[in-house]
Amino acid sequence: MHPGHGEVLVTQGDPDVAADEARLVAEFRRQLDEGLWAAVPLTVGGGRNGAKMVRSFADVPRDAERVIFFPRAAGGC
Amino acid sequence: MALALAASALVAVALLSDMLLPLVTDAWRRQRQRRRVAPELSIDPGRDRRAERTARELLRSCVNEEEWAMYCELGFIRVWGSGPPGEPEYAYLIYPHRPIIAYAVQTGRVLGEHCVVFPDQTRPFGTSRLPDSDDVLAKWMALTSDEQRLLRDANTHLPGRQMSLVALKRDIWRLSRWERERAGDRGGSDPASGAPSAPAERDI
Repeated sequence: MHPGHGEVLVTQGDPDVAADEARLVAEFRRQLDEGLWAAVPLTVGGGRNGAKMVRSFADVPRDAERVIFFPRAAGGC
Repeated sequence: MALALAASALVAVALLSDMLLPLVTDAWRRQRQRRRVAPELSIDPGRDRRAERTARELLRSCVNEEEWAMYCELGFIRVWGSGPPGEPEYAYLIYPHRPIIAYAVQTGRVLGEHCVVFPDQTRPFGTSRLPDSDDVLAKWMALTSDEQRLLRDANTHLPGRQMSLVALKRDIWRLSRWERERAGDRGGSDPASGAPSAPAERDI
């Protein structure tokens, strides 16, 4: 997510392919190093959806289709 | 005589130059700045609209059908609180770029305002503000994944500080009516039985 832009595709690939996985891991780390949070949207069950915050690439479910990076929360108003 | 006048004039000019020179220099600098061509700002009036359209698609792909309809028709999304079993049920209302509102589901009583922002410090387009639907999605993801962490990060205030209690009670009432209508359309059970009644004038 970016101001003035909405969703921006950072990178994509198949984590089962070694070259793709290396690129995905590197980009994941870069986004977190820039101070963003990472979350994976999930279908929780019972008709409810939710999200799971991930702090490392290993936390990303293998069947996840995407990881969404967004700015960290801060107290406001 | 003429020589004396000329000498006096020279001395006067020399003395006045200390006072006049800065004024002349400033006037010259201002004149140059006025002539300088300012760089043209590339303002794209459709940028924010396109960003919001993209953000809405992303939000739609993450939330369920009921939450999406709620956002489109009511302007906010309700997320259930994850309190311990047996405790009174509570929920949150997520508005774009407004505080997250906690309320008791059975009574409709507003419990508090949780003020949280998601500023992008890189300010890629001169602003740190996410599009409306991205702000809602960020709150939704943070609440559904780690409610307590988000509440710790937020500034929590008593009800009514940022948002009118009347407007909030009206929104809670609109939500319960909206759910009743949807349940009626489906011919299912009433999900909002025991829901709060419409706000009365005395609440104003």
